[in-house]
Amino acid sequence: MRTRALQRNLVGAAAVLVSIVVFLIPFAFIFLTAAKSASEASLLDMSLPSQWLLWENFVQVMQTRDYMLVRAFVNSTVLTVVSVTLMVVMAAMVGYVLQRRSSRWNPLVNVLVLAGLIVPPAVVPTIWVLQTIGLFKTMPGMIFIEATFGLSFCILLFRAFVSTIPRELDEAAIIDGAGPVRLFFQVVLPLLRPVVITVIVVQAVNVFNDFTGPLYFLPGSDNPTVQLTLYNFQSQTMSQWNLLFMNIFLITIPPLVMYIFFNRQIVSGMTSGAVKG
Amino acid sequence: MSMRQRTRKASVVLGAAALVVGMAACSSDGGGGGDGDTVEITFLSQNGEPGATAAQELVDAFNAANEDVVVTLEVQPGGTEGDNLMKTKLATGEMADVFHYNSGSLLQALNPDQNLVDLSDQEWADSLVEDMRTVVSTDNGFYGAPWGTTQAGAIMYNKPIYEELGLEVPTDWASFMANNQAILDSGIAAPIIQTYGDTWTSQLFVLGDFANVAAQDPDWAQEYTAHNRFYVDEPALQGFANQQEAHEAGYFNEDFASALYDDGVRMLATGEGAHYPILTSAIGAVRQNYADNIEDVGVFALPAQDAADTRLTVWLPNAMYIPNTTEGDELEAAKRFIAFALSEEGCRIQTDTLGPSGPFATDACTLPDDAPPTLTEVQAYFDAGQTGPALEFLSPIKGPNLEQLTVEVGSGIRPAADAAALYDQDVEKQAQQLGLEGW
Amino acid sequence: MTTLVANRPSADDAVEPRKRRPIKSSYPTWFYIPAGVFYLVLFAVPTFASLYFSLTRWTLFEAEFIGLDNFVQFFSEPMLLRGFTNTFIFGFLTSASKVVLGLLLGVFLTSQLAARGYLRSVVFFPVLVSTIGVGITFKMLMDPFDGVINEALALVGITGPGWLTDPSLALFSIALVDVWKGVGIATLIYIAGIAAIPQEYYEAARVDGANAWHRFWRITVPLVRPATTTVVLLSLIGGLRAFDLIWAMTRGGPGFTSDVIGSVIYKQYQAGFFGLSTAGNVVLFVVVTAIVVPISIWFNRREVER
Repeated sequence: MRTRALQRNLVGAAAVLVSIVVFLIPFAFIFLTAAKSASEASLLDMSLPSQWLLWENFVQVMQTRDYMLVRAFVNSTVLTVVSVTLMVVMAAMVGYVLQRRSSRWNPLVNVLVLAGLIVPPAVVPTIWVLQTIGLFKTMPGMIFIEATFGLSFCILLFRAFVSTIPRELDEAAIIDGAGPVRLFFQVVLPLLRPVVITVIVVQAVNVFNDFTGPLYFLPGSDNPTVQLTLYNFQSQTMSQWNLLFMNIFLITIPPLVMYIFFNRQIVSGMTSGAVKG
Repeated sequence: MSMRQRTRKASVVLGAAALVVGMAACSSDGGGGGDGDTVEITFLSQNGEPGATAAQELVDAFNAANEDVVVTLEVQPGGTEGDNLMKTKLATGEMADVFHYNSGSLLQALNPDQNLVDLSDQEWADSLVEDMRTVVSTDNGFYGAPWGTTQAGAIMYNKPIYEELGLEVPTDWASFMANNQAILDSGIAAPIIQTYGDTWTSQLFVLGDFANVAAQDPDWAQEYTAHNRFYVDEPALQGFANQQEAHEAGYFNEDFASALYDDGVRMLATGEGAHYPILTSAIGAVRQNYADNIEDVGVFALPAQDAADTRLTVWLPNAMYIPNTTEGDELEAAKRFIAFALSEEGCRIQTDTLGPSGPFATDACTLPDDAPPTLTEVQAYFDAGQTGPALEFLSPIKGPNLEQLTVEVGSGIRPAADAAALYDQDVEKQAQQLGLEGW
Repeated sequence: MTTLVANRPSADDAVEPRKRRPIKSSYPTWFYIPAGVFYLVLFAVPTFASLYFSLTRWTLFEAEFIGLDNFVQFFSEPMLLRGFTNTFIFGFLTSASKVVLGLLLGVFLTSQLAARGYLRSVVFFPVLVSTIGVGITFKMLMDPFDGVINEALALVGITGPGWLTDPSLALFSIALVDVWKGVGIATLIYIAGIAAIPQEYYEAARVDGANAWHRFWRITVPLVRPATTTVVLLSLIGGLRAFDLIWAMTRGGPGFTSDVIGSVIYKQYQAGFFGLSTAGNVVLFVVVTAIVVPISIWFNRREVER
C-alpha cells in the first residue's frame, strides 16, 4: 500500500511539473505583462517588471471609458447565464428524444444539427430577422442568438450521453406512472448531470468569450460585453500592451471562478456514481 | 436542483419561443427621440488611443458649450473588422447620427451618394484643401469633414546615426542604398527596420512609393482605375523591386519576420535601427513610449530611382460623416457637432490629443509652433510642392492581399515581379465589386 | 446492463408488453419545438437568405445577380489549393491530437492521483482565455529571438526555429497552440464519458484478472464511444472551419503559407466581397459536410450495433 501511495504522489508531482511548464508559463507571461509600465510592456518579454504597477494598471483599466469594463461584466454575465440556461434545457430535450425515439425524421434532425455546427451564421440576414421581430440591439435578442448558435453543440453532446442511460430506467419510471415531462426532468436530466455540467462550462466560456456575436448583434455603448473591451487598448498604430494584458487577465477571472466551482460539481457527481481507482 | 426550478425554466423557454413568434409582426423603430428641449445624438468613433480619448474630449467640450444638444460617444473596433461593422450598420439602417471613418477608397465602398448626407452647404466646406475635398466627395456630392492631420508614408530615420556616420538625407534610391551599406558596415544598427509581425507595415515600400510613380506618370491612378496600368509594369513595379533588393542586400533587422510595429518604433527611437518605412503617425507612439527620443527621429520621402521624381506620399485624414438616416432636429444637431470639430476648440483637441503627424487638411486649423522636427520636415515637402496623395485616395481599387504579398517579397519567399502579377489579379475582385468599367 | 437492473424486481417479465408504449408517448415530438423555433427563425431563415446572396455581387447596399460567377471566382483564387491542403492538415492533425490526448488525460485525471483537482483545473485553463488573448500571448512566446520558448531552448544549447515565421513550420505551430487551447474541452467530455461508465464493469474485469492495459482497451475505450464520437465530430468540424486562431497568430502568413479555407473566406469578407465570401462558405460547407457526415453515420451505426 505504501509503495502505491508513493507512486501515486510521484506521478502527481511529475504531472504538476509538466503542467507548470505547459500550462502556467503562458499565464505567468500575461500576469507579468499586466504589471508593467507601457514602455516596458512593449518589449513583450518574459521578465519581472522593474516596478510593479499591478494596482495602477488595474485602476486605469477599470476606469477606461467610464467604467466600461464593469458594465461589460454585468452584461456578459446576464447574457451568459440566461442564454446557457436556455440552450441547455432546449438542447437536452432535443438530444433526449432524438436518441430515444427512432423515427424517420431522425436523419433530417441529425443533418440539421450538423448543419448548425458547420454553417457559419449569416450576419446581415440575421440582423434583418432581428429587426423584423424588434429584437435587434436588445439583450433578449442577443440572448436568443447565443442560445440558437450554441444549440447544435449541446444537442450533439446530449444525444451522445443519453445513450449511456439504460432504457430500463425509463421503463421503470413509466411503470411508476411518470409522464413524459416528469420522466425527462426528474429521471433523465439528473442522470445527465456530468454532461449538463460539461455543457454549461463549455458553453458559458463560449458565450462569455464570444467577440463577433455582440459586435454585430448588440452594438452600442450601452451594451458592451467583455471581449469588446480588449479593443480599447489595441489599435493599428498604438497598443498599450500592459493595459491590454491586464484586461485579458481580468476577463479570464470570472470563467475561472465558474470553472473551479463547477469542477467540484463534476467531481462530486462522479464520486457519487462512478470511477474509483 | 428541484422539480420546481426545472418547470420554471421550461416555462421560460416556451414563453421565449412565443415571444419570438409573437413579435414577428412588430417592426423596429429607428431609435433616438428628440422630444423636449434637448436633442440627443450619438457619435460613433473607433477604438484605440489616442483616437478614442480625442473623440471623448470633443464630445465633452461640445456638450459643455451647447445646452440644447447632448452627444453620446459610441466606440467600436477599427481595422478591417471595423470596416465591415460600418457597412453592416449603414446597410441595416442602424448607423449613429455622426460617424468617423476613412476617406478615399474605403469611403467610396460605403456608397456615399446613397447613404450619406451632403454637406457642401456647410460654412467650413470651403476651408478644406483641394486634395482633402476630393477624397470626401463623389461626382454627386461632398460628404465629410476632416478629423486629424495628414500623415506621410515615408522613411523615418534615426538622426544620431546619421550624425555619427556623417550621412546625408538621400533623395534617390542609389544614395539611400549607399547609406544603408555604410550603416551595415559600421555595425552600429540595422540599416532598415521591417516588422512583419504586424503585416500591414510591410506595404510601405509599395504604397509609400506611389507619389514617385505619379511623378513619372501623372495619369497612372486614373488609368489604373480604367484597367490600363498594371503593377507588373514600371514605374509601379519599382516599389516591389526595391523591397526585394533591400531584402537581398541583407539590410533588414534580423527579427524582421516576427518583429511588431511597437518593436519597430523602439528600434527607430533608440537607434537600434536606422530607417523605418512607415506612416508618420508613428511619431505618436514615439511620444508615448520614448518621449526623450522624440527629437532623434526625422523623416524623408521614400526615394525614387531618379531624385527628380522623389515625392512625399501623403495619407489624408479620416473624416466625420452624417448618414442619411439622421433627420430633422438630429440632423441639425449633427451638423453643429461637425462644425464644432473644426472650430478653434476642436482644432485644439486635434492638436493636443490626437497629435499632428503632418499638416492639417483644412485651413480651419493650424499647426502649433512647437511641433517636433518630424512635422517641420513633412511641412517642408508640402511647402515645396513635393507631395502626392497615396493611391487609395486617387483610385477606389485596393486589393485585400497586398500585405501578404509584400511580406512574401520582403521575406524572399516570392520574387517582386511574381508578387506584382498576383496583386494585379487580386485587385480584379475589388474592381468588379465596385462595378467599374473595363474589368 | 444486467447488474444495473438487478435490484429492480421482475424487470424481465415487465418489459415485454410495455416495449411499444413508451416509444410513442414518453418521448414526445413536441420536445423539438422550442429548439426548433429558435433554430428556424434565427438560423435557418437567415442562412437560406444568404444562399441567394452567394449568387450575387453583394455590397450590402446592393445585390446584383451574377449567377455562378462567385463560385468560378472562388475556385480561381490563386492560393486555393494550398488553402485546402492546409485545411485538411490542420483539421485532421488537431482533431486526432485532441482525441488521443483528451482520452489519455481523461483517464489520467479520473484515476487516483495526487493534485487531481489542480491538474483538472489547469488543463482547462486555456479554454477560458479568449482566442484573441491566446493568439497574442503565443505570438510573443513563440517569437524566434526573445520569445520564452526559444530562450529556454537556448539554455540547453538548441537554436529554436522561427515557429511562426518559418513558412514550413507556421501551420504546425498554430496547430500546436490550437490543441493546447482545445484539449481541455476534449478532456472534459472524456471525463464525463468515463464517469458514466458503470463501475461494476471495472470490478468484474478486475475479478477476472484483467490488468490496467486490458481494462483501458476492453472497457474504457469501447464504452466512452459516445464521448469519442462527440469529440471527433466537434474537433473535426472546428478544425476544418478554423480561422480565428490562425488569424490572431499569423493572419495566414508568412505570406499565404498558413492560409486555410476559413481564413481565405474571412479575408474576402473583410475586403467587402460579401457575395464571394458567402459562396466560399457554401463551398466550405459542402466540403466539411462531405467529410463529417459519413464519419457521423459510421459512428452512429456502430452505436446502434452495440
